Amino acid sequence: MRHFPYYLQLAWRSLWRSPGLTMLMVVTIGFGVGACMTTWSVFQAASGDPIPDKSARLFVPQMDIWRSAARSADGEPLDALTYTDAVALMRDHRAVRQSAVYPIAPSVFPDRAGQHPATVGGYAVSGEFFPMVDMPFLYGQGWNAADDAAAAPVVVLGRALNDKVFGGVNSVGRSLDIGGRDYRVVGVVDDWNPQPAFYDVFDTGGYTHEGPALFMPFTRAIAANLANGRTACDLEPSAPGFPGLQQSDCAWITYLAELDTPAQVQAYRVYLDAYAAAQRRAGRFLGPPNNRLRDLPAFLDAERVVPGDTRVSFLVALGLLLVCLINTVGLLLAKFLRRSGEIGVRRALGAARSAIYAQFIIESAMVGLAGGAFGLLLTGLGVLGIGAVLQPRLAALARLDGRLLLATLAVAVLCTVLAGLYPSFRAARVQPAWQLKSD
Amino acid sequence: MTVHPMLRALKRHKAGVALIVLQVALTLAIVCNAVFLIAQRIERLQRPTGVAEDGLVRISQTWLDAPDADTPAGVEKLDAMQRADLEALRRLPGVIDVAASDSMPLQGAVWSGDLRLTATQKAASGQAALYYGDDHLLRVFGLQLVAGRNFAPTEIGHQTIRGTGFPSVCIVSRAVAERLFPEGSALGRTIFLNLHPVTIVGIVARLQTPTLAEWGRDWAYDSIVLPVRLDGATASYALRVQPGQEQAVIHAARAVLFALDPLREMPETWGTQTMREIRFKAYRGDRGTVVVLGIVCLILLVVTAAGIVGLTSFWVGQRHRQIGIRRALGARQVDILRYFQGENLAMAAGGVLLGSVLAVALNLWLMTHGAIPRLPSIYLLAGAGALLAIGQVAAYVPARRASRVPPVVATRSA
Repeated sequence: MRHFPYYLQLAWRSLWRSPGLTMLMVVTIGFGVGACMTTWSVFQAASGDPIPDKSARLFVPQMDIWRSAARSADGEPLDALTYTDAVALMRDHRAVRQSAVYPIAPSVFPDRAGQHPATVGGYAVSGEFFPMVDMPFLYGQGWNAADDAAAAPVVVLGRALNDKVFGGVNSVGRSLDIGGRDYRVVGVVDDWNPQPAFYDVFDTGGYTHEGPALFMPFTRAIAANLANGRTACDLEPSAPGFPGLQQSDCAWITYLAELDTPAQVQAYRVYLDAYAAAQRRAGRFLGPPNNRLRDLPAFLDAERVVPGDTRVSFLVALGLLLVCLINTVGLLLAKFLRRSGEIGVRRALGAARSAIYAQFIIESAMVGLAGGAFGLLLTGLGVLGIGAVLQPRLAALARLDGRLLLATLAVAVLCTVLAGLYPSFRAARVQPAWQLKSD
Repeated sequence: MTVHPMLRALKRHKAGVALIVLQVALTLAIVCNAVFLIAQRIERLQRPTGVAEDGLVRISQTWLDAPDADTPAGVEKLDAMQRADLEALRRLPGVIDVAASDSMPLQGAVWSGDLRLTATQKAASGQAALYYGDDHLLRVFGLQLVAGRNFAPTEIGHQTIRGTGFPSVCIVSRAVAERLFPEGSALGRTIFLNLHPVTIVGIVARLQTPTLAEWGRDWAYDSIVLPVRLDGATASYALRVQPGQEQAVIHAARAVLFALDPLREMPETWGTQTMREIRFKAYRGDRGTVVVLGIVCLILLVVTAAGIVGLTSFWVGQRHRQIGIRRALGARQVDILRYFQGENLAMAAGGVLLGSVLAVALNLWLMTHGAIPRLPSIYLLAGAGALLAIGQVAAYVPARRASRVPPVVATRSA
């Protein structure tokens, strides 16, 4: 492209020759790209894979204990397990790694003077939870199977709580008063708040403002009588209190299992069905096994975690971009063909078709670049302004980062060049002789 | 004016015509469905809850040093703490009445129960949200009792949510009464709530459930009030205050509750809120969707109009000389104006026809994804009318310029 600077100059001059039309195109592309990228940033953040390296190997077993197929139209089993079943699955230990998970909200009484006690949101998990979700440890590590078995009073703190209670130092080995009892800190994890919150869709609905403040052994949380959050019951527990809940057929525990090969997945399916069949024979489960074992992406999809509105907004904005592009095709066509005379002269003076073609594509790209710059501005405003209209939990996900800005520019230029293809083709087909004669 | 030459002219600009038709069609398809979606959302967020929202305040707090709720002594202690709070709140200036109230419409967290007409009935007849509260609740919420009576103070019990006792009376919303007894004899009947027999002693006109979630959509107004002060580490209260006194009461309530027991968590975010704030937060997502879709639709219409102005201007410029010739041959200004307006009408009509098909297709697709119901044809008609009008307005600017081309242009060489 030896003539590249020349074409740039031509395009620049041409764009200024009809500033109104140019402005119209720039604004059109800017709006289209701006609306699209703003809604996309929300949609993308909400529907992203929360743990991309591992999601295909993490599975959520679901069992239909109440025969909900007869209750709900889609026949889907619940997305949580009963205490009895979660403990049975943990005990059988058939997956590579597994953890029962439920949310707890204990009171923490800090040692440091001037700090008030507060309830914090945490999770009761097994020691295998940490390697299973690739938890990023700052200090120390998770607890071991012996701690799980002994219901040991150990705790893993999130970074925020460690900052608050211990001033951010390595607190491994120190002790912390949780709910009136001392717990030994065995690890501190970095900020960890994957979205959607795949480890507990049952309670969170998918999105959380803050990550868990602490983790403690599942067995310990049960022993300490730390009650759960959401509970789904078909029949009320016959015995009172949290112990009554544990004996009931109410579901309140999320379960995660790591299965690394298709063979393991198949074996686990067989195991689940056998378990459900055995429970049925024992008189607990109604009906034949109706189990699910989905990997995380499939599970999040089946749970309809991503709010439908973010998808619809993005699709509508995508439609807007399409209309903006069609509009740009029309305007570029008008703009290029208006210069048929100039094209005729250039062709008559020996310019090749490809030269004309290149010139107009470059002109389109310049319009796209300008539109992209305007779109950047609008995307910036849009992402900052979306917090005012969306749920804060979702809006917080949409971030203005370099990747989004670069993508905005790239989409604008790419789309405009695409829109410029047909008009440039038409321009390059202008017959020189015809134009010279008629002018 | 004859249509024939106009159509012949349009044939010579196939690309431009196709672009306008396509643009109008897509705009119609998207705007129709988006406006329908917006209308649905606005209807949804204007639904009444059934409670008198002005002057209603919710206080929710957690005792950090709460006694063990699994022991009888602990339950009694928790109830005493709750009654002390209620007493203290009742004495505040600006407060009309206070009720123990675990939940409120739109507030989010919900207990629900299965409804049955007999103890042996297999499949439940439906489900309802459970509002636990005392005899002050009806007055504090401002509910309209349409039949029966309020709870008597002696009927109010207290227990934890996982306690085994169950009240023997309840007050239901009209939606529950009509679902269970369509013939209209709900008052005094005994129903089975989670298999516990309870007698309906009152019916209120309307009481929305606390949840707006998808799974609660089919029973959005099926609510049951139970005469129970719910004991637990977390206790919540509803306050009916003098109009305009909400913030003053909240301020005073925080002071008096913390004075009573400083070891409690009651953040300003969810601890003390007016019903107005609860409504604002609950419909945030719906309002956001309305705003985002509204903005996108507006941009869409403006872009389409701008595109029509742009292309029509180009055609006017291109046919400058022909217009001069027509004028020289006797065409009046209004003929030229009509010609371009007619040309636009023909293209927009084509776009509207194609767009109607696309709109229905888009609607069907959205329906399969559960986003919206079937598009009423009024939206399609209104959208079509609006786009034809926009096309005419957009074409008017260049068309008028065309009509002002002087006949003398015909005599000049381009």
